[in-house]
Amino acid sequence: MPARVTIDGNEAAARVAYRLSDVIAIYPITPSSTMGEWADQWAAQGRPNQWGTVPTVVEMQSEGGAAGALHGALQSGALATSFTASQGLLLMIPNMYKIAGELTATVLHVAARSLATQALSIFGDHGDVMAARATGFAMLASGSVQEAMDFALIAQAATLEARVPFLHFFDGFRTSHEVAKIEPLADEDLRALVPDDLVRAHRARALSPEHPVIRGTAQNPDVYFQARETVNPYYRACPAIVESAMDRLAARVGRRYRLFDYAGAPDATRVIVIMGSGGETVEETVRHAVARGERVGVLRVRLYRPFSVEHFLAALPATVRTLAVLDRTKEPGSVGEPLYLDVAAAIGEATALGGAALERAPRVIGGRYGLGSKEFTPAMVRAVLDETAKERPRAHFTIGIHDDVTHTSLAFDPAFSIEDPATVRAIFYGLGADGTVGANKNSIKIIGEETDNHAQGYFVYDSKKSGSLTVSHLRFGPRPIRAPYLISRATFVACHQFSFLDRLDVLREAEPGAVFLLNSPYGPEKVWDHLPRTAQRQIVDKKLRLFVIDGDRVARDAGMGGRVNTVMQTCFFAISGVLPRDEAIAAIKRAIEKTYGRRGEPVVRRNWEAVDATLAHLVEVPVPSRVTATADLRPAVPADAPEFVRRVTARMIAGEGDALPVSALPADGTYPSGTTRWEKRGIAAEIPVWDEALCIQCGKCVLVCPHAVIRAKVYPPAALAGAPEGFKSAPARWRELGDARFTLQVSPEDCTGCSLCVEVCPAKSKSLARHKAIDMTPRPAGHEGEAEGWRFFLELPETDRTLLNAGLVKDVQLLEPLFEFSGACAGCGETPYLKLLSQLFGDRAVIANATGCSSIYGGNQPTTPWTVNRDGRGPAWANSLFEDNAEFGFGMRVAIDKQAEYARELLRRLGPALGEVGPALLEADQSTEAGIAAQRERVGHLRALLRSHDSPEARELLSVADALVARSVWIVGGDGWAYDIGFGGLDHVLAAGRKVNVLVLDTEVYSNTGGQASKATPRAAVAKFAAGGKATAKKDLALMAMTYGTVYVARVAMGGSDTQTIRAFREAEAFPGPALIIAYSHCIAHGYDLRHGMDQQKAAVLSGHWPLFRYNPALAREGRPTLELDSKPPSLPLKAYAYNETRYTMLAHSDPETARRRLAEAQEDVLARWRLYEQWAAASGPPPAGGAP
Amino acid sequence: MIDLSTSYLGLSLPSPLVASAGPLCEALDNIRRMEDAGAAAVVLHSLFEEQITVESGHLDWYLSHGTESFPEAMTYFPDVASYRIGPDAYLEHIRRAKAAVRIPVIGSLNGVSRGGWTEYARKIEEAGADALELNVYYIPTDPDMTADEVERRHVDLVQDVKASVGIPVAVKLGHMWSAPANLARRLDRAGADGLVLFNRFYLPDFDLETLEVVPQLTLSSSHELLVRLHWVAILHGHVRPDLAVTGGVHTARDVLKAMMAGARVAMMTSALLQQGIGHLTAVREGLVDWMTAHEYESIRQMQGSMSYRSVREPAAFERSNYMKVLSSYALRAARRPGAP
Repeated sequence: MPARVTIDGNEAAARVAYRLSDVIAIYPITPSSTMGEWADQWAAQGRPNQWGTVPTVVEMQSEGGAAGALHGALQSGALATSFTASQGLLLMIPNMYKIAGELTATVLHVAARSLATQALSIFGDHGDVMAARATGFAMLASGSVQEAMDFALIAQAATLEARVPFLHFFDGFRTSHEVAKIEPLADEDLRALVPDDLVRAHRARALSPEHPVIRGTAQNPDVYFQARETVNPYYRACPAIVESAMDRLAARVGRRYRLFDYAGAPDATRVIVIMGSGGETVEETVRHAVARGERVGVLRVRLYRPFSVEHFLAALPATVRTLAVLDRTKEPGSVGEPLYLDVAAAIGEATALGGAALERAPRVIGGRYGLGSKEFTPAMVRAVLDETAKERPRAHFTIGIHDDVTHTSLAFDPAFSIEDPATVRAIFYGLGADGTVGANKNSIKIIGEETDNHAQGYFVYDSKKSGSLTVSHLRFGPRPIRAPYLISRATFVACHQFSFLDRLDVLREAEPGAVFLLNSPYGPEKVWDHLPRTAQRQIVDKKLRLFVIDGDRVARDAGMGGRVNTVMQTCFFAISGVLPRDEAIAAIKRAIEKTYGRRGEPVVRRNWEAVDATLAHLVEVPVPSRVTATADLRPAVPADAPEFVRRVTARMIAGEGDALPVSALPADGTYPSGTTRWEKRGIAAEIPVWDEALCIQCGKCVLVCPHAVIRAKVYPPAALAGAPEGFKSAPARWRELGDARFTLQVSPEDCTGCSLCVEVCPAKSKSLARHKAIDMTPRPAGHEGEAEGWRFFLELPETDRTLLNAGLVKDVQLLEPLFEFSGACAGCGETPYLKLLSQLFGDRAVIANATGCSSIYGGNQPTTPWTVNRDGRGPAWANSLFEDNAEFGFGMRVAIDKQAEYARELLRRLGPALGEVGPALLEADQSTEAGIAAQRERVGHLRALLRSHDSPEARELLSVADALVARSVWIVGGDGWAYDIGFGGLDHVLAAGRKVNVLVLDTEVYSNTGGQASKATPRAAVAKFAAGGKATAKKDLALMAMTYGTVYVARVAMGGSDTQTIRAFREAEAFPGPALIIAYSHCIAHGYDLRHGMDQQKAAVLSGHWPLFRYNPALAREGRPTLELDSKPPSLPLKAYAYNETRYTMLAHSDPETARRRLAEAQEDVLARWRLYEQWAAASGPPPAGGAP
Repeated sequence: MIDLSTSYLGLSLPSPLVASAGPLCEALDNIRRMEDAGAAAVVLHSLFEEQITVESGHLDWYLSHGTESFPEAMTYFPDVASYRIGPDAYLEHIRRAKAAVRIPVIGSLNGVSRGGWTEYARKIEEAGADALELNVYYIPTDPDMTADEVERRHVDLVQDVKASVGIPVAVKLGHMWSAPANLARRLDRAGADGLVLFNRFYLPDFDLETLEVVPQLTLSSSHELLVRLHWVAILHGHVRPDLAVTGGVHTARDVLKAMMAGARVAMMTSALLQQGIGHLTAVREGLVDWMTAHEYESIRQMQGSMSYRSVREPAAFERSNYMKVLSSYALRAARRPGAP
């Protein structure tokens, strides 16, 4: 038997898929991305497949593209595969019908994920795979990490024999991301199950001009139907083929699977039918119940399509009276969910047609569970089993939620648990930045691979990208662990950040007598007095053992900064005793070497030093017998928050969203905007502090702040009345605004501490060069005063927009941002552009946002950064999908234009009845802030008039009158959308001539899914799927758009020229046709300290990597050049820019020769492109007639 | 026939022209061209321990930063099999240089930690370097640190490295010392086989617009040779280690002066950066021409001929020199036509 390995479900599936493929077409989508990444990495390392050749891995522009490439590769005889999930699978569906219709053998591996409906969810359920159940693909469901590996092989073995393509799926996150100890399949196992003659037969069916055939014909009514029925024998044969493959696997490795696996009492009367990881939970709960004498069982569906009624009926105990079918999906409006319908039909057929060995027809009830990775626990299974025992069980139910609207939900007792007492259950609370998850992944590998224990790790992440909380759930013990749900009874709880205690009850899951390990700046004598009441009460009531260590200090002394992971990991091993201390330390050190060794010996040495220094600082603290603290958890939101925020949002912020009933949530996915302001996260260790005497009021810090936490106002001196002590102001340097005061204010509880503001501040002290007009200072000092100052600042009057020159950075800083406190990465390079958009046009903006980083920090609950001004106006924002965003925004524009047109028609129809306001509304100039304000006033007046008119036209006009005020439609997304998946739509929308503004936040990589290459990735940069440095040049999207001659195009980089950026935004909005702004956005995936983001943008411009320009076809009419280059010819070697970033230097480290060559080519790209632009600019007189709109 | 041969660090060299540590030596092709142009030996660019530590730390930090925090992006970079962080690339460079040229290849090391110096010195030896130059650069910014403590660090370092390697070890020094002659003697006792005078460093300059400190390294010029000549001349004959001049060697005349002061070799980088590697050929020819014209037979003949111990007026190397310089300037000024 091969040595056991501790890996996650994605790796388990990929390990088989890779070895059994020679072409792999991929496209990143959560939670399946890492399967493709593994494949790409192994191919880059030259790892061969089962036949000794390295598979070719190709990244496509979308899942639709991947499916097309897959289809083509299959038609050409390749063993081809792909990996996907959710919307990606939906995009593959058209090709899946084709692939199945042509009886083509392949396996598609899916980490099953929810579909975007009322909201997107990256988490797991069967919504996606169920949407593909009619494609003709066989569907094989695995329910654990081990099965993800085994079923990948069974699927491949079966598809080649059956010629029916397979969709092999497992639960997204719960299985794809669970780390578990499994028995890996050896090459010989693969060889044994996948005979070469079937592979050759597959190849022989390929298209070849040597023996040409025609496929993909079009059929007429005469034969289509009959031809559709030709495949029936293949589908009939398929279950037996799968069964045979399962048998052969069992014979080799001893793990036995059946098409329908029954477990439980042989004479069960009540049986749950389920597929996926939930089956593990049901099986364990059933085992628990049977041991207590209950006649219950579980039928786990492995092969869902083709659904073999025969095998299904045969697997059921003849005694069964009630079947509860659990579906991890929802099909609104159906009689029941798909698995339920299949089971009901199977039972119905058996009853009607006979042939089943059942004593009598059981009743079938159906329920939904686990949507969007909702927990599915033994307690819930218990409730379902109890329901089946009722005289009149509910025919259709939900489990795991509280449905107080349609009352579908079953109640369950959360205290019910079947945890094995022999299993150690540990929960770790950490910050993303402190490395907790990485260390825990190492820990579970150490335990799994260096002890006889079974081991499982599962990790829960934050939806925020800065200051994010992680919770690691680790189980290990002598018996197999079949518990795909979070730990609710922990024997060990570690809190790696002391500050969590103020906002979370980290000990809620602690079992009585459990160990609590706390990273504390306070020593054993003082720590108790710093614990909030909740923590003290938990410790006292549950009689917990408390250990503390000043992990930050130990880590800092070892040169590890804030990464306390190895320190806390060492403590965990020392306290848990899973290994003798010396062995544990040696194992940790080996793991460190394995993880970090490639990054250089100094890193390993530092980590080792931290490990060595740890145990001397770990202390057990005697626990007092009573609670002494007066302070407790701080409320999730302030008391003055709006009702919805207090009732709903606050629960989600507090981690209590699971307890929200159905009635608490809007039915159509509509949520209030402006909610980030209530979520005071307080994540910055340092915040900027203003020196009003030094400040030149230039506004650069306000402009670049990615989180809108540093703001400026100019206001009358009288407004300072009642200012809190220490509130700062200075005489305003706006002569046109008269005798006014200026304040630059920081929100200390919203700041992420990124320091971009300090880096761009140009004002230095003449006596002390290191002192600027804003400096970072530790947050605790003066934090309360600053927070009070912030609240006062918000109440100060906004500066009158109509008096400001929106072309000046200095004035723009005074415009109220309507995008604030997003959960983007600290120092994000995208959000300053969005904030600028909101400042300039937010009160009239409608935003279509492509899926990606910007849709996550823009719309991931619990809170949203898009907000409103005092008049209640602000950006109206929506995310449709990833691929359709240009079209989505275009549709908005078309509708708005139509409504405005209709409103104008109605104005004309009503004519004299409206008096002077009618013509004024029709002729209004809305090109300025004042013009828009005047039009809003007119519309207000019109509304008042219309209310007194009782006519159909008046009522119609009332409903569309708002469309008379200019609206600014923005189509926003990243480069993955604009350059790749959405390019076709973007191209069409740009060509269509409608007035839309497109903002491409170009990070040159798929940032949100973890740094995969896009066509925006520059040559020589390393990205996932371009591990050897991208070999081709970055696509010039701007140039492509310019070729239409009707599109305004600008390339901007705020750090290169803030003035040019503002100018481009304003010109884009003013341009009468489509406008495209491509904005250089520095990104965490570039690999440098983002505090230098703006300097690096400048370097990008100076090097010519990012030339700044504006192309305005409208200028041709005035006889002016249409292309204006806003940056100078390249004056900095590309290397001087690029080699500040890890994405470039990692290639220089890993493959210096290639790095040199690619960099030289990239340098030539830069110079060639500049020459082209220069020529265009020189020649850009008026275009031929019919050019500009 | 003019004999240009010399010896340095126990290595027999056909001429005293050595390419000193600099960016040109980073490319193998340049090293080949240096040999062809007449370099008698080459000192490779330095292996910087601090750079390895910093690069390793940076790579680790940026590859880790933001990872395992957000469910859609566990990492942001692909997992690359190896990064060649650490001395491996440098050691490979030594091996390849050794295979590419016949002239001696001298490794150069700038360490930080005591363990780092000795470990990397050993690795450089194992990679095949013919000798090792210790590129010591230490700025004692701590006001509590005495001159003696600073010097002792250097002496201890040489002792440690000498105890770890068998190849000859030279020490490249800066010129800011209270008692350079005494330090040279202590380094001699510590086992140094050569002293390379003097190192040139990046110096902080100020950008008046941004109020930033900007490190500057300008190329040397011949006038910088004088301080080297001065100290080589003083040390020659007083210490056992071979002396080398580096910094300000641009012409054949500079080389001749270095030899006369007592150096075994004269090292060049700035001149080669400015004039190309082929400049070595011109310098070599210049040496031959001058020696022919002045009827010198060999380099060895002139080495140390103008050292402190060899000149008629050693006082010229001492404090009184100051007075003399002033008066000689006055004299020259007086001789200029039209001067008062």
